Amino acid sequence: MTDRMLSATADHPDANAVIRERAGILPPAPAQGRLPPRTHSGPVDWIHRNLFPDWRQGLLTIVVLYLLYLSMPGLYNWAIGNATWVGDRADCVANGGACWAFVNARWGQFMYGFYPVAERWRVDLTFALLIVSVAPMLFPAIPGKRWFLAFSLLVYPVIAFFLLYGGVLGLPVVETARWGGFMLTLVVAISGMVGSLPLGILLALGRRSKMTVIRLFCTTFIELFRAVPLITVLFMASVMLPLFMPQGFTLDKLLRALIGVALFNGALMAEVIRGGLQAIPRGQYEAATAAGMGYWRMMIFVILPQALRIVIPGIVNTYVAIIKDTTLVLIIGLFDLLGIVQAGIADSNWLSASVTKTGYVFAGMGFWVLCFGLSRYSMYLERRLNTGHNT
Amino acid sequence: MADTASQSPGRLPSGPPRAPFLTRGRIRSLAVQILFIAALVWVVHFLFSNTMSNLSRQGIASGFGFLGNRAGFDVSLHYIPFSSSSTYLQGFWVAVINTLVLSALGIVLATFLGFGLGLARVSRNWLIARLATVYIEIFRNIPLLLQLFFWYFAILRPLPNPRDSVDFGGIAFLNNRGLVVPEPILGASGNAVLMALVIGVMLGIVQTRRMRKLRDATGDAGPVWPWWLGGLIALPLLAWAVSGARFELIIPELRGFNFQGGMVILPEMLAALLGLSFYISAAVGEIVRAGIQGVPKGQYEAAVAMGHSRWEMMRLIVLPQAMRIIIPPLATQYLSLAKNTSLAAAIAFPEIISIVAGTTLTQTGQAVETILLAMGFYITVSLFIAAVMNFFNYRVLRNDR
Amino acid sequence: MTKSFFLATTAMVLGAGLAHASTLEDVRERGAVVCGVTQGVPGFSNPDDAGNWTGFDVDICRAVAAAVLDDADAVRFVPLSNTERFTALQSGEVDILSRTTTRTLNRDTALGLNFAPVVFYDGQGFMVRESLGVASALDLDGASVCVSAGSTTELNLADYFSANGMSYSPVRFDRADEVLAAYDAGRCDVYTSDLSGLAARRLVMENPAEHVMLPETISKEPLAPVVRHGDDQWFDIVTWTVYALIGAEEMGVTSENMQEMAEGGSPDIRRLLGAGDDNMGAWMDLENDWSAKAIAAVGNYGELWERHLGMNTPLELERGLNELYTNGGIQYAMPIK
Repeated sequence: MTDRMLSATADHPDANAVIRERAGILPPAPAQGRLPPRTHSGPVDWIHRNLFPDWRQGLLTIVVLYLLYLSMPGLYNWAIGNATWVGDRADCVANGGACWAFVNARWGQFMYGFYPVAERWRVDLTFALLIVSVAPMLFPAIPGKRWFLAFSLLVYPVIAFFLLYGGVLGLPVVETARWGGFMLTLVVAISGMVGSLPLGILLALGRRSKMTVIRLFCTTFIELFRAVPLITVLFMASVMLPLFMPQGFTLDKLLRALIGVALFNGALMAEVIRGGLQAIPRGQYEAATAAGMGYWRMMIFVILPQALRIVIPGIVNTYVAIIKDTTLVLIIGLFDLLGIVQAGIADSNWLSASVTKTGYVFAGMGFWVLCFGLSRYSMYLERRLNTGHNT
Repeated sequence: MADTASQSPGRLPSGPPRAPFLTRGRIRSLAVQILFIAALVWVVHFLFSNTMSNLSRQGIASGFGFLGNRAGFDVSLHYIPFSSSSTYLQGFWVAVINTLVLSALGIVLATFLGFGLGLARVSRNWLIARLATVYIEIFRNIPLLLQLFFWYFAILRPLPNPRDSVDFGGIAFLNNRGLVVPEPILGASGNAVLMALVIGVMLGIVQTRRMRKLRDATGDAGPVWPWWLGGLIALPLLAWAVSGARFELIIPELRGFNFQGGMVILPEMLAALLGLSFYISAAVGEIVRAGIQGVPKGQYEAAVAMGHSRWEMMRLIVLPQAMRIIIPPLATQYLSLAKNTSLAAAIAFPEIISIVAGTTLTQTGQAVETILLAMGFYITVSLFIAAVMNFFNYRVLRNDR
Repeated sequence: MTKSFFLATTAMVLGAGLAHASTLEDVRERGAVVCGVTQGVPGFSNPDDAGNWTGFDVDICRAVAAAVLDDADAVRFVPLSNTERFTALQSGEVDILSRTTTRTLNRDTALGLNFAPVVFYDGQGFMVRESLGVASALDLDGASVCVSAGSTTELNLADYFSANGMSYSPVRFDRADEVLAAYDAGRCDVYTSDLSGLAARRLVMENPAEHVMLPETISKEPLAPVVRHGDDQWFDIVTWTVYALIGAEEMGVTSENMQEMAEGGSPDIRRLLGAGDDNMGAWMDLENDWSAKAIAAVGNYGELWERHLGMNTPLELERGLNELYTNGGIQYAMPIK
């Protein structure tokens, strides 16, 4: 059933183009400006065309090259040339460059926070499992994706929770207050990703529901959460939520933050998914109804698989935003990667200007690698979807 | 619900097919909605009664009465009078204005930077296009909070203390207390100049619209810039001269710890502004690039064929069409910038989160009320930005013919 | 397996679980006291490299845990920011707030809190760079001041400057380490906080020797552990645990000599250590040797001081007002009988 419906859309490339356009995916870039007929080739010609097409552009090129010439050696000297790789604060201050020795010394804390050293293998195992369950989904060639998806959405979070928190199979309990560093960043980011998708789907369906009450509720929910900054939601989760609950009913602080992140991003996700739902041609709904499918069967087996496929780039972009947003948990007192780097910078054994800069640059690189990688992946998906190989 | 569903087919009339009011689907949908409302009411009641009983049991004050109390703290940046003897409500307005000023400046700066980046991304110059790409990829893939910290401390650390300020010709000074610039005092002419400026801007707008209509009608129209020049510069100057031509500059002067007199741009403001606009401009740059590339190729070719220069082509033909693609996502970015001003609290910029959800919350202990105030403010701002951008979008789409 | 599975989930999800009427029962059931601390102030509450919390405030919580659960390590520490601290206590997320919190009328009444006895009589002071050449806080007109937002410090600062007709520009951060970082980066002329906090913070500056304290103390900052309003039994336990530590110093009982003292000491001492035949512990629903356990775990008040704040620590704080009343201070334990 599903496959037939899907191939039905694949047979109409024009419909797909419309779908993508509505979903905010751009057509391939047209060639830029006017290009002279290429009569020559080779490096000299390339330089002429791309760096010195006329005198104004040429002047610009020279000025920019000069500025690069001025700044690059300084950057190199700071990051590598004068950097300190091993040593203590005195060495770093003496060398003047980046203090990678600081990152080196604090590596364990940056990665695991205050997680007990003897138990850190559990964190490693948890994330190794994550890679094993997610990696197959990234490559089109590997079959059985839906099983991997089901595993990583339904089974993996449970396994991960018990591995990290402990309390079963003789694993000692590690309080969430001891979680921190890069590990906490990943926990918050991944919980946000796993939680926001189903929530977003429900909200998006609700916003398009024929039932007025449901539609009103979902619309209000989405618009309210989109209108306020994440930090107020986190404040609400950390400061207000406990007051809303019956006396003595307390939720773990980390869990409250995770709920806040999931609710906030669920609302953003709902808007992305709504774009996909709107792009599905009416015929699909009509065909499914005619085939005697109920609302949920139609949504789960016909509409959602297509709609989600269209908005995968949008979903990945939201995921990038979630990763960047994880830093805000430091404002409510959790030590994520940025938080733990800040705590390290304030340590009297290291405190100095060069350590401060190194710390921020290190945290920045950590986030950058994650976000850049994900956004590249999203572009790759966009291209793949655009070439129509989406079977 | 299952009962009604199983009974309903029996009640269907057997006569000519006519849409009955109470179909099985309708009844079910009604039941679902009623149940949903009931659940919602129950949840709200549950939360509300919990909150009330928690507050009263522990003797925590509630209500917005605290807004009239004396605040007792000071704020470094306020555009309306504020001191420690002002009320929490006045503190709230100080925070509102600071947030709005930061948002507005950030939006303007991010727009200029972003359009520049977008144009650079499609530049023929390989080097420029590459550099713009590098900029965008760096700034949009690093969390804003981290960028703010970096700017704040990266700006602060190397700046000298006030006694060793960087001196700009003896009138402006840069140090780690901020950038101090002279403050113009126009005295009585101030109001006249302001009035003249308002009239001048209105004149400019009216004339621009007139010329646009003229161009649409006749295909040719006079230039608009003399009107703007007159409205923005000549008219205020005239008003100033007529009203007494009084002009004084208060030159900042080092006394004690810092410069006295003049206007200060605080490092918090500078770092927040740079951080926010650099971050958002990367996103705007991508949006502008996508908009430009979304304009059909034929439009470029036609422009070239008509003998327009590359710059004219961009300004007159490509960008106006690209705006249709650009404006909706641009609105999202403006919204995001306004919301992200909340992060500036972490670098001591006195905005809503810092003053209302921070100090006021702790000093009064009234978490629910203060956070509702803060959220209410952001919702209002979001609705406002959405309305303005919808208006622009409507304008751009309407001009499409 | 299933049971532990279930327990671990509920433990994480519900934290304390649905509570009983009393904090004491909750603590017993949980097997741990939940203690709200700072996000890191050396000497008071600070995680060491291994992530274990240490410090003066931390040991107050350990003493309570020892008195109630006979295990000084049965404490869960929750780092809290200025903004969060009171709500965390009000909502039941923590049982005690042992977090350099000043007792004020407003907090005691409108915020629904109860303050245990003062463990540290502090006052607000100023720190400046020595190179500024400032000798008195009255010379600070026009200065930029780095201050922690949402603290009594912020309000005292405003009062002091307006009372003395001086102007200033406040730079306000929620997190204490950012206040410090900004001051250290040169953003402010002055760093103001409780004197103890200034001493602690000076330790983590790039060049501690470049900074000096000004002689003025502009406020009274009696720092005390805080509990929720409305649970008198728990309030009593925390109150008397603190008095037991101070009383032990008054009577010369230390964690080392307590064994001998329990056998051969005066009736007061034997009562304090639960070696008498009265039944004081039962009045608080505790074991009779509750205070002995607390003292054994962390030592008496003086030991606590010397270990975390005294002249042999990097903070090098004088006892001052915190000396016993017999030595010219104002620390004074109510009679434990």
